[in-house]
Amino acid sequence: MSDSTPLVEVKDLKKHFPVTRGIILQRKVGIVRAVDGVSFSIQRGETLGMVGESGCGKTTAGRTMLGLYPATSGSVTIDGEDILHARGKDQLAIRRKAQIIFQDPYASLNPRWSVNSIVSEPMRVHGLFASQKERAERAKDLLGLVGLSPHLLNRFPHEFSGGQRQRIGIARALASDPLFIVCDEPISALDVSIQAQVVNLLEKLQDQFGLTYLFVAHDLSMVRHICDRVAVMYLGIIVEVADRNELYEKPLHPYTQALLSAVPVPDPRKERERKRTILTGDVPSPINPPSGCRFHPRCPIAVERCKKETPEWREAAPGHWAACHLANG
Amino acid sequence: MTSLLQVSGLRTRFHTPEGIVHAVNGISFHVNEGETVAVVGESGCGKSVSMMSLLGLIPTPPGEIVSGTAVFRGNDLFKKSEKELEDTRGREIAMIFQDPMTSLNPVLTVERQLIESLRVHLGFTKEQAQTRAVELLEQVGIPDAKRRVKDYPHQFSGGMRQRVMIAMSLSCAPSLLIADEPTTALDVTIQAQIVELVTRIRDSLHTAVIWITHDLGVVAGIADRVIVMYAGFIVEEANVDDLYDSPGHPYTVSLLAALPRVDRRRDQRLKSIPGAPPNMLIEPRGCPFAPRCEFALEKCRQKNPLLTQVGPNHTAACWVNPKTGALR
Repeated sequence: MSDSTPLVEVKDLKKHFPVTRGIILQRKVGIVRAVDGVSFSIQRGETLGMVGESGCGKTTAGRTMLGLYPATSGSVTIDGEDILHARGKDQLAIRRKAQIIFQDPYASLNPRWSVNSIVSEPMRVHGLFASQKERAERAKDLLGLVGLSPHLLNRFPHEFSGGQRQRIGIARALASDPLFIVCDEPISALDVSIQAQVVNLLEKLQDQFGLTYLFVAHDLSMVRHICDRVAVMYLGIIVEVADRNELYEKPLHPYTQALLSAVPVPDPRKERERKRTILTGDVPSPINPPSGCRFHPRCPIAVERCKKETPEWREAAPGHWAACHLANG
Repeated sequence: MTSLLQVSGLRTRFHTPEGIVHAVNGISFHVNEGETVAVVGESGCGKSVSMMSLLGLIPTPPGEIVSGTAVFRGNDLFKKSEKELEDTRGREIAMIFQDPMTSLNPVLTVERQLIESLRVHLGFTKEQAQTRAVELLEQVGIPDAKRRVKDYPHQFSGGMRQRVMIAMSLSCAPSLLIADEPTTALDVTIQAQIVELVTRIRDSLHTAVIWITHDLGVVAGIADRVIVMYAGFIVEEANVDDLYDSPGHPYTVSLLAALPRVDRRRDQRLKSIPGAPPNMLIEPRGCPFAPRCEFALEKCRQKNPLLTQVGPNHTAACWVNPKTGALR
């Protein structure tokens, strides 16, 4: 991380989905504020973790920043270029630098396409090689990189296990020589023994190519293992960001504290002694997020002020940011 | 402690167009009254199929229970008629599943579904059952239970739906609750709520629990005893402390080493297990884990080891001692 300008900068990114009623007129009756003003940056070669409960907007944030959903507002620059507002050739050039690995290795590969077509597609789109033959050669190399035999090039997705499919997805993401990859829950559909294989592969590739990752996940143990820094999302906003050890050892936001205390540890003696902050209730609807601090209805320490005032986003310790009226630091 | 359930030599297979799937390959285990036994393993290891076999929930064909006995309170479940089994299911043995949405009827109110088992199994009148239904929902921590009982399943969130399932399974105060990955689809915060709820209910009703999961973290917090399954075999069984302190099977050792920990700083890359679980269409010769095992010797590829004593109340099916790498 010698270069101090971040590779990825996201500023006040918003993604709102309309809620409509009626088939013909489609009256707009509300707005789902899935991502409601998110800012963060990622240094070159860094892995930023993005965690939170389902429905907090972490996946939407990852997809919107690549332009897979049109953003409502905000800006995203990758390697100094605005990815959301570029059009035509410029857009294609930036998109080559940013790729994504999806959660479900069954849904994210076209079942009618051979591995060769799947992995060569990004090269074709970006015009990377002159001939199909060269692309196939490169696809073979990529398969080798992700730990699959090059002989499997002409097979189809249904012939592979979940872990192998995820490797194909990774090979496809690498095909355009990206700088940045959004890993959208890449291991949550996999078995425990396969998860470690895929995580180790992602780390190996990062070392080899200097890749930068946004690692979206709900497995907080894995995030601590793989990420350098971690952002915690709740109801469409980031409530805390810090280096991994700082965040896991000194969490400031009551939501982060509750989230961490809910993660079980594979150690029976520790589990018996542990005191959990059990959060009551579920995540409220992002259609009408609570006033003031969005976490106040579930917060174990909320006071009157939390219902009215939106907490300021402030740096409590160097590099450790949190949005809470009561967080000491 | 008295034994509540004793399963011996259970073997279940499925006849498919591709061949015979050897899902459960002769497993034996027991559950004591009031005890919590966790069954751990990856998808396809036979953990769910073995429990569904006990309850007669395997569709036959394609499924077939080839052999085995399952003695529950002195009677073999496999010898019961469909009618007798129906009475045992729900009244004495209850089951909760991973996805409550597929096990609840979407077109009936929660009240209708709760009342049914109360009336069928316990002979309640409609009014008695309605009162009891509200009490049950209150017991599992559903706020505003009186009003919510009239709601349909889709009106509940995932965690709340799982609570409804638990309320339903507890309606007849069963002596055994089989929980099949009940928290896998839920967020950690909701998982913690459900684990706490099941623990509280278990302690107050003295219900035995079989908790099927792949999550070794959850197991550490809830189980008294743990059964580890691989490729349709039980490969290790131990008290929860012994299993985590000194795992006796290389598979258990590798699983624990492959897990990152939320309470520890990272020190190195994860130790991954090479390869993938075996194809269940082929009846394994030798130890089913041998192709992925770092300790595998020639003997392991020839002959499948039986469960043997490796410590007090601790058995493992392995020729090798994973601590030393030498033959036992």
